[in-house]
Amino acid sequence: MPFYVSPEQAMKDKADFARKAITRARSGVVIDCDAGILLVSPNSSRALHKFSELYDRIAFAAAGRYNEFERLRQAGVRYADLTGYQYDRQDVTARGLANWYAQLLGTIFTESVKPLEVEIVVAEVGQTAELDQIYRITFDGTVSDEHHFLVMGGQTEQAAEVLKERYSEGMTLGGAMEVAIAALAGQGNGDRAEITGAQLEVALLDRSRSHRTFRRLTGARLEAVLVEARSAGKAPSASPAATSTEGTGSEGASPEGAGSEGASPEPGKPASPKPGKPASADPADGKSD
Amino acid sequence: MAPESDGRRLPAPFLTAGTSSFSDFLDMAAPALQPARMAAAGGSSPGGPDLPHGTTIVAAICADGVVMAADRRATAGNMISQRDIEKVFRTDDFSCIGIAGAAGIGIDLARLYQVELEHYEKLEGRMLSLEGKANRLASMVRANLALAMQGLVVVPLFAGFDEDREQGRIFGYDAAGGRYEEHLFHSIGSGSVFARGSLKKLYREGMSVADTVMACMQALYDAADDDSATGGPDVARRIYPMVAVITADGFSRLSDEESGTYAQAVVDGRMRRPDGPTAPLREPAT
Repeated sequence: MPFYVSPEQAMKDKADFARKAITRARSGVVIDCDAGILLVSPNSSRALHKFSELYDRIAFAAAGRYNEFERLRQAGVRYADLTGYQYDRQDVTARGLANWYAQLLGTIFTESVKPLEVEIVVAEVGQTAELDQIYRITFDGTVSDEHHFLVMGGQTEQAAEVLKERYSEGMTLGGAMEVAIAALAGQGNGDRAEITGAQLEVALLDRSRSHRTFRRLTGARLEAVLVEARSAGKAPSASPAATSTEGTGSEGASPEGAGSEGASPEPGKPASPKPGKPASADPADGKSD
Repeated sequence: MAPESDGRRLPAPFLTAGTSSFSDFLDMAAPALQPARMAAAGGSSPGGPDLPHGTTIVAAICADGVVMAADRRATAGNMISQRDIEKVFRTDDFSCIGIAGAAGIGIDLARLYQVELEHYEKLEGRMLSLEGKANRLASMVRANLALAMQGLVVVPLFAGFDEDREQGRIFGYDAAGGRYEEHLFHSIGSGSVFARGSLKKLYREGMSVADTVMACMQALYDAADDDSATGGPDVARRIYPMVAVITADGFSRLSDEESGTYAQAVVDGRMRRPDGPTAPLREPAT
């Protein structure tokens, strides 16, 4: 580089660049329920998945640039399979994978000219909902341990509000689906009629399965869950607010220190589930997700 | 465990475009973990130390899919090294593998092969075709050729349900990686000669799963009858042959009770006729 650029400025520019790209991505919701961990995102593609299987009980979810998170997904599958082959299947954990991803993303963020425009989630389903683990890893390698649910991608603020309000422990699959759709639609109730199965990518880490728990919900199975969700939506809401606390605080404590809050219009807002701004970008812009 | 990629900070093997093969990835990332690479230089000469060997595996195609069964004995020279070894492994929802020969290498080969199939499925988003699975196994057996020449021979038997053709299929291999499709039934291991002779007389095309399991049990009994390295049903310890069934519904393994019921029926029959059921001497006139 011909000119001197201070490290603060370089990091800030990179962070701004990545954050801007991610706010353009479509949101996705990861939420736990009695059946397992449900992953829902608008995605009209049948082939380019945002959610996929990493290992027996572990799923990968991502928002952002497809080619970049696909590369990370493949790397994660390799890491998981190598660990499982070298030791034992039970030795592959979401915590280990999240740490590994954090190292990887952190290294790429500091050492390469262009940071990855991605946000990834590693989720592991446990025997019971208390043992579920959900980790969010952002473009700079920040890991946060989320409880019960999270929103990834752009436009997360409104969705996170809805989730916080509507989530309750021990929801059924249909109930969780209803809450997830409501969150993605950006409002607490109503106006879900326009969302059909064809517009959604839905996957489930199925708690009741023994070996490989990840399965995609498509076609008739997805429709059945959507019908269940609609009826759950009509029933009077049993629990108004979640008693559990979401892991928002962990995100507020800003990750990489230098300059990450720079671009945020509300720098001090601790409840923000992501440091990013709520984005004026068009949510229908599917180019980057 | 992750290899340092010559000084650079990023673990290169994980991030390169590469192939969807776990075995190829292992060559790059951790070659020491390849079962076929273990001690390919030194090692034992034929007739060296007596390592545990797996013995007889039989497989037969039935109307709904395919059945694979194996006795439970492992032998090291003239010793019985294990009475309840399992030599049939589920490799994915629609296939399984049986291992005869050096057990240490064979079991690791089966484990690597399981990961190989799952790895491909996860990276590519689809399962390999049965044909593709069979070919992949052939190259993995061939990779073991150097060890096979030193006496550590491993020969697998592969069976699966072909979802495109909607039928069960069986593939046999030789130590050099030759792949041979068997159309009705096949057996491998030290007792395979006797088992195959027995199956030849008992097998009928289009049999039900239950009849095919019974035919396999009879064949294993005959193998144990004449081959000292093959174990018969151990009624005293309640150790019975392991039976895997693969149909359009996927892989399932018979429980010990189910397997025991078949084995007990065979044993009871042999109490009356030690040589087992007879086949008709002449073809019935048509």
